[in-house]
Amino acid sequence: MSPSAPAIPLVHLDHLWLQVSGTRCNIACAHCFNSSGPDVRTFGHLTPALVDEAIGAAAGRGVREIFFTGGEPFLNPHLPGMLETALAVAPATVLTNGMLIGDRIADRLAGLAAASRYSLEIRVSLDGYTEAANDAIRGAGVFRQALAAVARLSRRGLLPLVTIVRTWPDEEELATLDGFARVLREAGDERPRIKVLPALPLGRELARHPEALPGGLVTDAMLEDFDRDLLMCSNSRVVTDRGVWVCPLLVDAADARLGSTLDEADRPYALQHHACVSCWHYGTICGNVSAQIDGPDTARRERPA
Amino acid sequence: MTRLALLGGLYSNDRALAAALADIARHGVDATYCLGDLGAFGPHPDRVYPLLHDAGVLCLQGNYDNSLAGGLADCQCGYTDPRDNHFARISYRYTFGRTSDAHKAWLGTLPFERRLEIEGRRVLLCHGSPRKINEFLWESTSPDQFLAYLLDTAAADVLCVTHTGIKWHRALADGRHVVNVGVLGRPENDGTPAVWYTLLTVDRGRVSAEFVPVAYDYRALAADMDAERLPVEFIETILTGWWTTCLEVLPHKERARGRF
Ligand SMILES: [Fe+2]
Repeated sequence: MSPSAPAIPLVHLDHLWLQVSGTRCNIACAHCFNSSGPDVRTFGHLTPALVDEAIGAAAGRGVREIFFTGGEPFLNPHLPGMLETALAVAPATVLTNGMLIGDRIADRLAGLAAASRYSLEIRVSLDGYTEAANDAIRGAGVFRQALAAVARLSRRGLLPLVTIVRTWPDEEELATLDGFARVLREAGDERPRIKVLPALPLGRELARHPEALPGGLVTDAMLEDFDRDLLMCSNSRVVTDRGVWVCPLLVDAADARLGSTLDEADRPYALQHHACVSCWHYGTICGNVSAQIDGPDTARRERPA
Repeated sequence: MTRLALLGGLYSNDRALAAALADIARHGVDATYCLGDLGAFGPHPDRVYPLLHDAGVLCLQGNYDNSLAGGLADCQCGYTDPRDNHFARISYRYTFGRTSDAHKAWLGTLPFERRLEIEGRRVLLCHGSPRKINEFLWESTSPDQFLAYLLDTAAADVLCVTHTGIKWHRALADGRHVVNVGVLGRPENDGTPAVWYTLLTVDRGRVSAEFVPVAYDYRALAADMDAERLPVEFIETILTGWWTTCLEVLPHKERARGRF
């Protein structure tokens, strides 16, 4: 551990993350940041009792939003009931590959969304707007099944948020986003919503691109004139079947396990991983709106042209 | 009994502001406040200032005002979608170019929040949220316990905000209130051209919020915008009531109610 790593306290638990299916996934994407897959048992399923307890504790702390992740969350057969529990107290988001969303599940999700006064967001991952490009990263057949899920959700007014990891050069940005929007419309999603995520130097992505590892760690100097509220460790915690971790990105790091309960995990975390540089660079990357929520006191930027 | 008129973002809609102020004068209120974002989106940004001044409206600084006053490069709405950024840039450059230096300097003098004590209730007025000038408090992503936390931290019993563009009111079980007062600048994505302000009443400690629709000459505003060559997408919103741009920040429920 670096003695100079800046420590970030939990200012407020805005975001509760629940790793409901552990690292178990029905596919094994080439860039998966926590190396989830069919036989990956680093983390297991959360039980409904543990989820109830975590949601209750988070509500007691004034939680704003609850995220369900994995692995593939729909592998946990209790997910719909857990969503119902969450939506009774807060908006909820599921991060899914969509492959397990058939008509029955889509109907259930539509019912849950309609019954809550809070928003339900279904985030479906895609990585290419052609079958070849997507399936090279996510596996054979995934493209068609994910698009079918997007269509099922769209037909029910659920307006899925399609998340894409940026794996193209900057100059292809507009053409790529246009390509995704076109393919989603053709699949029956008349109002495509797209969120682009950075590739993270973690897990399988790091194994295949070791050169992407940042040269250094977050320093005190980098945090001067920086809005620390953008760092997930200041506003999030992740509940897994093996304890509470500081953020969704660092579940493979032993030092990022902060305790067995949310109360125990309410302590500062020292930014000593390369992934912290990504979080510092992009800000609130795991939330639904990747907005840089800067306050008025942040560094003045250039004048408009 | 104390009654306040609370105006949300004006977005340079001087015609709606004039109509609202006339309506407020008819109602009779103890004070009128504007919660910030005076410019943006609409035409002739300098036109709202004399109206506010003549009516004695007490203003807050919104994120747009903060950007204009500080000469920042953008409106601090945090868009990442290229299309949203394209339209946000058009609007910001136009507003920046047409707002006088004196008005920009004045925006920089406005407070970020105002605190009032009314019949024992602590009322906090701010733009986005008490903790961030540009935090969006949407109805569908602001659960009760989170609002209670904001009220606790801000030491307030009644919190009034704007910034999202869509009004709502939540009475918490403990008797505290959060009100998003809506905006006068553009319709609220409901398919009607009306815009809204809020009458907040405290009567023997009891708090109530009434949302008041403002009928104004939106066709004339659309013509003003057309003459200024503002995007047809913006004009369409004024005429139809549906939002056409900057949609990425909407949560599912608010987005699903709209057309686009
Ligand atoms: Fe605003």
